[in-house]
Amino acid sequence: MGNEEAVFFSRVLTELTLSFHIIYATIGVGIPLMIMIAQWVGIKKNDEHYILLARRWSRGFVITVAVGVVTGTAIGLQLSLLWPNFMELVGHIIALPLFLEVFAFFFEAIFLGIYLYTWDRFEDQRKHLLLLIPVALGASFSAVFITIVNSFMNTPQGFEIVDGQIVNISPLLAMVNPAMPTKVAHVLVTAYMTAAFILAAIGAYRLLKGSNHIYHKKAVFLTIKLGLIFSISTALIGDFAGKFLAEYQPEKLAAAEWHFETEEGAPLILYGVLDGQEVKYAIRIPYALSILAYSNPFAEVTGLDQFAEEDIPPLSIHYLFDTMVTIGVAMIALSFIYLIGMWRKWPFIHSKWYRWLIVIGGPLSMIGIEVGWWFTEVGRQPWILRGIMRTHEAATTSGQVDKMLILFASLYLLLGAGSIYVLSRMFKKNTVEQELADRKLEKAGDSFDT
Amino acid sequence: MTLEVIGIFVLWLFLYGYVIVASIDFGAGFFNAYSLFRDKQHILNKVIQRYLSPVWEVTNVFLVFFFVGIVGFFPKSAYYYGTTLLVPVSIAIVLLAIRGSYYAFTTYGGLMPKRYTYLYGLSGLFIPASLSIVFTISEGGFISMGEKGPVLDYWTLFTSPLTWSIVVLSLTAVLFISAVFLTWYAHYAKDEAATNLLRSYALIWSIPSLITAIGIIVELRFHNYEHFTRLMDLWWMFALSVLFFAGTVFLLWKKRAYGLAFTLLCGQYYLAFFAYGISHYPYLLYPYLTIYDSFTNEAMAISLIIVFVAGLGLLIPSLYLLLRLFLFNKEYVQGKRDNHV
Repeated sequence: MGNEEAVFFSRVLTELTLSFHIIYATIGVGIPLMIMIAQWVGIKKNDEHYILLARRWSRGFVITVAVGVVTGTAIGLQLSLLWPNFMELVGHIIALPLFLEVFAFFFEAIFLGIYLYTWDRFEDQRKHLLLLIPVALGASFSAVFITIVNSFMNTPQGFEIVDGQIVNISPLLAMVNPAMPTKVAHVLVTAYMTAAFILAAIGAYRLLKGSNHIYHKKAVFLTIKLGLIFSISTALIGDFAGKFLAEYQPEKLAAAEWHFETEEGAPLILYGVLDGQEVKYAIRIPYALSILAYSNPFAEVTGLDQFAEEDIPPLSIHYLFDTMVTIGVAMIALSFIYLIGMWRKWPFIHSKWYRWLIVIGGPLSMIGIEVGWWFTEVGRQPWILRGIMRTHEAATTSGQVDKMLILFASLYLLLGAGSIYVLSRMFKKNTVEQELADRKLEKAGDSFDT
Repeated sequence: MTLEVIGIFVLWLFLYGYVIVASIDFGAGFFNAYSLFRDKQHILNKVIQRYLSPVWEVTNVFLVFFFVGIVGFFPKSAYYYGTTLLVPVSIAIVLLAIRGSYYAFTTYGGLMPKRYTYLYGLSGLFIPASLSIVFTISEGGFISMGEKGPVLDYWTLFTSPLTWSIVVLSLTAVLFISAVFLTWYAHYAKDEAATNLLRSYALIWSIPSLITAIGIIVELRFHNYEHFTRLMDLWWMFALSVLFFAGTVFLLWKKRAYGLAFTLLCGQYYLAFFAYGISHYPYLLYPYLTIYDSFTNEAMAISLIIVFVAGLGLLIPSLYLLLRLFLFNKEYVQGKRDNHV
């Protein structure tokens, strides 16, 4: 296998692993916060339904964490196996956040084990709730640190290159690079948002499939409220991210927006199809791109004409960008209408079709996460470290990558199918009604004992 | 002590931690499967589950810590080991992934067909085998420098007696460590039947684990003479290690002080593991890579060490809390409390 093929297969394998991993990782970052909120509300309102919500979410969460942990280990090692030259270089500059991420992961692992096995152990339920804080913090901080590594790849800094040698390294400066604030914030809020909408989807699905229990209604109401907060924050931070791109990665923004020529008062192109250099069937919003980029309708936005051919990312990222933004806006609308409807008592909120929309919203948010990552990663091509190292210079020289791709693809198929099967079985077998009845019996038994 | 030595010491310590906790984990899976095969699973199942459930995730982190740490402290190792180890490490990842997730699927999801228990037990033996290849390669002689970069010579690797000695050593050590720990744990849980069964496993695996360890030293004499002479300089560490080993076996034999037996076992492996590590100094990969030419820059090294110390300041109390609540909580260990989510 030649180098070109090794690069190609390394890229496919990395993309496959990450695409699979982020499904579980996003859930892993978002759900602990949701569990924490549910348990807190349950304690505060003294409402058993919310406590049970936390308990059942935790049970499902363990399954997703397991797959998240093992696929995370896979991508951690694959970075060195598939991109040894890259890891050698960044090991000198940005090993610190990688190392910090492991510590965050360690805390999460320790306290998750404790949390899962101390239900009903403490007299005071608030003590048990306290254990969730390190879990949620650990989960969010591992996302923060690993996103810092990724933002470094987009805007490398904190070192100098003199005669091909890297000198004057500052690990902290490398961490607080320009891409870091928007990227970290965006990753966190989208993870919370997606987790909220996935949980809402599950609740809505149970309501559709026969169970009309108040438990599910509370679940949907709570998670959609959270979903709305986080999706609005997502849109706000997304806007900052757009301004960041205009400033630091204009070629990514220009490629995403099919903005070929540098101009003032640039229009925003929504949807459409690219035919050669010609954009067809698109919606043009005048001045919108300038507003997005600089908050000024007449600002000049750099176009693709300013870049060398070999530095321009694939123009197909426009479709990814559009999908991401469309899903984000749709989710804001969906949750906003739901809450207004609840408040104004609009009957259609409880209709079948609206509940189906909520059900679709869960997977849709996850698709938003996927396309968002594809957009940001493909938009950085042909660089692995923007402006410093090209992707093909970083890849392994091993000739076995294609075989490993098959190996890992089968693994992910197995893990995906296994986790879906186990999760659906878990909750079908033990319904809420059943569990509430069991707990009542248990409590009666306890008071009988004493 | 230079920064390089501190770096490799920290990593070696974590690798040692992984060797112990992962051995317990892998061995537990194997004994569980074996006892199912011999229709004795009802004896072991509960003790093993009770130990593994709250800690299975933590075990994995020790490994992640090691490989992230080595790339951080010694970035050049990513180039040499990353390029050459694609296949063996990928196989290990796949096995670890299947093992870890199916553990969660069965324990929390109630997926319990027998064949998974067997697969789970067997996979636990393949993982140490595939990971121990890294040790073999580090001795030199299996990697040549090609035009494009380092290349691993699979034929030499798989026909070398050293490779297979190290594989067998890792397997026997896994089974021995695990059996000794579980004997103590079962005894602590006042589970007589499990204690007796595990004690017999521990005694059975003690002898092969010693023989293979000595075998490696003999192999090294032929494979890497320089390393062999360095090992010989540390003969007293190995002698102490053997003494500890004798203590462990004696206590097991006499059915006395299982806690002390396990402590001696940890001491035995600590000494042997560190003696091996020290004698390997200064090479990470003989003869291409030493800890000096692969070390990261000073700014990074210092920041990593600061983070490491700060991290330990938080980790040790949390690990202590975990042990306190489960491993050393009599009510939990004896199964009087489950409180599982």
